[in-house]
Amino acid sequence: MSAQAKRAVVTVVITVVVCVAIGLYIGLYLVNVPGSVAATPTAAGSQLYLATVATAEASDPHNTWVSYYVVDANSGNWRHDTTFQVPANTLVHFTIYQYDTSTGLRNNFFSQPSGTVGPVLIDGKPTTVVNPMAPAHTFAIPQIGLSIPLPGANSSAKNLCAQAPCSLSQAHHTVSFTFRSPVKGLYRWQCFVPCGAGFIQGNGGPMQTVGYMGGFLKVV
Amino acid sequence: MSAIAVSPGAPRTGGRQLLGFNMLTGIILGIAGWFIGYSAIGKHIHGAGVAYYSTEAGQNDIAIMLGYLLGVVGFLVGVGFGNYPFRRMLGRPPSLAEHEAEEEGLFRYFTLSTDHKVVAKQYMIGIGFFFAVGGLNAMLIRTELLQPNVHVFGANQYLTLVGMHGSMMMGIMTSGILGPFANWLVPLMIGTRRMAFPRIEAFTFWLLMAGSVILITTIFFGGFQTGWTGYQPLGDQGTAGYDAYIGFFACVGLSMTLFGFNLIATIITMRAPGMTWSRLPIFVWATLSTAVLMMLAAPMLIAALLMGAMDRTVQTAFYVAGAGGSSYLFQNLFWFFGHPEVYILALPGMGIVLELLPVFARKPLWGYRLAVAGMLGVAFLSFFVWQHHLFVSGIDADLRPFYMLSTELISLPTGFIFLCAMGTLWRGRIRFTVPMLFCLAWVFNFLWGGISGVFNSDVPSDTTHGSFFVMAHFHYTIMGGLVFAFFAGIYYWVPKMYGLKLNERLGKIHFWVMFIAFNSTFAPLFALGFEGMPRRVVTYAANFQGLNDWVSVSAYVLGLSMLVFLFNVVWSLVFKREPAEVNPWHSKSAEWQLPTPVPLHDFDRIPVFDEDPYPYGVEPVPAGAPAVAPAGGAA
Amino acid sequence: MDDKPHFRNVALLWLLSCVIMLPIVVFVLGPGLPPGNGSVQASGQVVDNTVLLATATPVALAVLVYMAYAMWAFRERNPEVVVDGPPIRGNASVQFWWLMVTTVLVLFLAAYGSARLLADGSGAGQGPNPIAVPSAPKGTTVLPVQVIAQQWEFTYRFPTYGGVETRALELPANTLIKFNVTSLDVIHSFWAYELGVKADANPGVNNVAYVTTKGPLTFHVRCAELCGLWHGYMFNTGTVVPRAQFATWITQQRVQYAPVTKLLPPYARTYFPQPLRRGG
Repeated sequence: MSAQAKRAVVTVVITVVVCVAIGLYIGLYLVNVPGSVAATPTAAGSQLYLATVATAEASDPHNTWVSYYVVDANSGNWRHDTTFQVPANTLVHFTIYQYDTSTGLRNNFFSQPSGTVGPVLIDGKPTTVVNPMAPAHTFAIPQIGLSIPLPGANSSAKNLCAQAPCSLSQAHHTVSFTFRSPVKGLYRWQCFVPCGAGFIQGNGGPMQTVGYMGGFLKVV
Repeated sequence: MSAIAVSPGAPRTGGRQLLGFNMLTGIILGIAGWFIGYSAIGKHIHGAGVAYYSTEAGQNDIAIMLGYLLGVVGFLVGVGFGNYPFRRMLGRPPSLAEHEAEEEGLFRYFTLSTDHKVVAKQYMIGIGFFFAVGGLNAMLIRTELLQPNVHVFGANQYLTLVGMHGSMMMGIMTSGILGPFANWLVPLMIGTRRMAFPRIEAFTFWLLMAGSVILITTIFFGGFQTGWTGYQPLGDQGTAGYDAYIGFFACVGLSMTLFGFNLIATIITMRAPGMTWSRLPIFVWATLSTAVLMMLAAPMLIAALLMGAMDRTVQTAFYVAGAGGSSYLFQNLFWFFGHPEVYILALPGMGIVLELLPVFARKPLWGYRLAVAGMLGVAFLSFFVWQHHLFVSGIDADLRPFYMLSTELISLPTGFIFLCAMGTLWRGRIRFTVPMLFCLAWVFNFLWGGISGVFNSDVPSDTTHGSFFVMAHFHYTIMGGLVFAFFAGIYYWVPKMYGLKLNERLGKIHFWVMFIAFNSTFAPLFALGFEGMPRRVVTYAANFQGLNDWVSVSAYVLGLSMLVFLFNVVWSLVFKREPAEVNPWHSKSAEWQLPTPVPLHDFDRIPVFDEDPYPYGVEPVPAGAPAVAPAGGAA
Repeated sequence: MDDKPHFRNVALLWLLSCVIMLPIVVFVLGPGLPPGNGSVQASGQVVDNTVLLATATPVALAVLVYMAYAMWAFRERNPEVVVDGPPIRGNASVQFWWLMVTTVLVLFLAAYGSARLLADGSGAGQGPNPIAVPSAPKGTTVLPVQVIAQQWEFTYRFPTYGGVETRALELPANTLIKFNVTSLDVIHSFWAYELGVKADANPGVNNVAYVTTKGPLTFHVRCAELCGLWHGYMFNTGTVVPRAQFATWITQQRVQYAPVTKLLPPYARTYFPQPLRRGG
């Protein structure tokens, strides 16, 4: 093979390798989505435990952002996933441990829970409406009319949890509610408190990144 | 001619080439500039009001923008743009040529060259590369839209893909025809050896490349969620990826402004004797109209984005309604640029088509003055229509009939172009070469683009704004128009630019697959828009899935046709390298009367023009006779 | 130059194609643009689109028929030879008539569009000071409905019913609805396409769009301006119901949302929730 042909082959091979590498990197970036967590089936329906925190764990790429977590009731492990899988047309129970401090709503309409089966229990007490400045976050699935305000922990409490993972001994509110899952499909949920600190209107950053303040409900 | 000393540098070979000012040095200095701007300076800028927000949000927009700025400066210095100003500051006399020595071979293309032919080819490869990136993004977008309830990509990443596709295409293709073709042809067509400002010519290219790299870095900063139109205040909310969007369009805007300015100066002042305004080839008229638009509209974009950058970094409130600003301000500023921008995209395509039709119909351009009036009319009117992008935005209702009228009026000069194209074919002797096929397809595609534009301009019908109907409209005009004309130009001029033939059969396969796939991809989008599918959505109503799948598959086939083209280019220009005839199309245009390859100095003697630019129908040319090229003779 | 009557051939072919295509376009394609016919404005848009189509069809056919004919009739039959065609540089008469006809068409479309727009607003957002206010059907008054667009859900407020805010949209049939569209954060767009209404929601701006509902139907509302991550998921379904059913529904909503209605800000055309920039 002549020197020129050899050079051409080497160039082509290097180019192909570089392109494949870049392609892989970009591909992995594109499909990098949080995993999915299945709700635990119980006799009364499916159950999920979630938590909302002031900042994500230290090793997270966005460790200054607020975030939702999934809490494993048995092991107490915290998982940073925001896609929940539930069976269709069943009663789904959510229990959310809310560790963050209040921010307040942008539209006070969301201070009244709606879309549930039965009452919303905040620290065990049935609640019809909360103070609009109280919520730290909400959990809402607009497509099925579900919206639950999550009141913030007392900001003057001594044992506030600053960063995930948190323990139940730290200041928090427990919010539980039940709703009936819809027909099979992919639905999305979000928080309606503008809790993206530092972003204008509070709606940037974690509010617009799946895995933090928004995710999917996969109904199978 | 002025008494500027032309001093080509001594040709350097081998490793010594890498040590000088070239693309590699540029990349190294660019990266260094980034770190200086981002880490050394940016991270230390902490105003009391700024640091709190950037700490909470976890991003430092000031640092990023400074990093981009110094990165671009470093890159340009590395390529060599600082050398001449530095020498002049030291008192050296003015000079012209940096690396015009032919012996340097391929190396010329990786550094600052003042030879307009080299810059044109740099543009061709650079634009081709980023066009491919944008096209790949489109393939990925269509992959996501195959199913409404299964998401292939993350929802954030999908929005960034959409924004990158739009931005890449709009930013790159504004120079898509002018970059490769105007740089190469305008001096030759008007009978001069260079552009008015060769270093600026090279600057616009390298700046555009730097900007495109900035756009790609958006994925390292979380992408941007605004689409290519970058609407505020959504952009203000965005993660740091939006800074990359600003950086990209700042570079593109500056590149466009300078490019337009250079073209205008060249065309006005450097025409050879006898090249009067009424003898100017129609492609040069199209270039001139486009250049005026570039120069006047692009600065508006820079201003609009600069204010957006200030909103993001130092918390001004230009576009924030709650603090005294207005979201309308951004929309108006952006579209004041944005509408001339789309005519910047359309006019060069018209210029190429009207330039090529006479060659392949063997007749003069029909209605030359009407065509010129059409180009200038489109350029002029394009500044008076931009509010049609805001018809349903809640602008004062009294404004809408006026903008409806002005937008409808713009179809008049566009109609002139169609009439001239049709008239050129009348009683012609049409030869269906590959460039001609693309030109004829342009007429077909732009017809549908234009008619759907009439629908959009009529306010009662404009409730399809923001839907796939508008998408279909502008893809028909921009892709069906500009991109088809781009390929016509490539197949037509590559034999002269490179002296090599492109395979004709592959060209025809490319054309037919592309034409059919293009129409199959974008025609259903008109229906989707009317049925109620908005733009930039990651999910849609279930009953649209059939149409979306059809569109996605057609888009894949369209991508495949591009691969055919790519294969043709690589095979013909790198491996087969079959020399082309001097004038394979028997064109009577000035650039075809030069030998192949065109010498460094273009003309041995500056020509004197004394003829109509389209002297067809005067005498028949027997087949096989080479086009005689008297050195420096009349066109 | 041959003696064939090309102009006559093209003209005849064009007339024939118009005769075939116009009825198809007007009667088959027209009624579907846009689909739904759910309101007086939507039906008006169907008429407008049909008129536009009917005007555009002969123009498009002229170009297409001519191009097809030219590509066939004027092709070079002997590719071996490169022979030039006749040096025709223009034709003043053709240019004049083309200019005249296209100008008349364009002016007609602009005048027609303006007239239709000013008649009843065509469902498009007219800004805070609308100039085309349709008249309410006899015996009814206009029903103002505020559409509050926020990231990423539409909520609806009824000022004449105690300012109650709901997340579902029900509208009474045969009523003039005045949509007041505003946004709390970024630019959205309220697009109820069966009703033919599209109005952008800008923060700090009240964008008014009028719709006169007809019979009962289900319509779809989608956000039509990119507003962030969940733009594609910002949709809901609305219904137009008989007036009595609407009265029942709104009363039920007022009862259901009574606790929170007390906490809402007083009804206003625009809202500026504070603070602007949220801190943790």
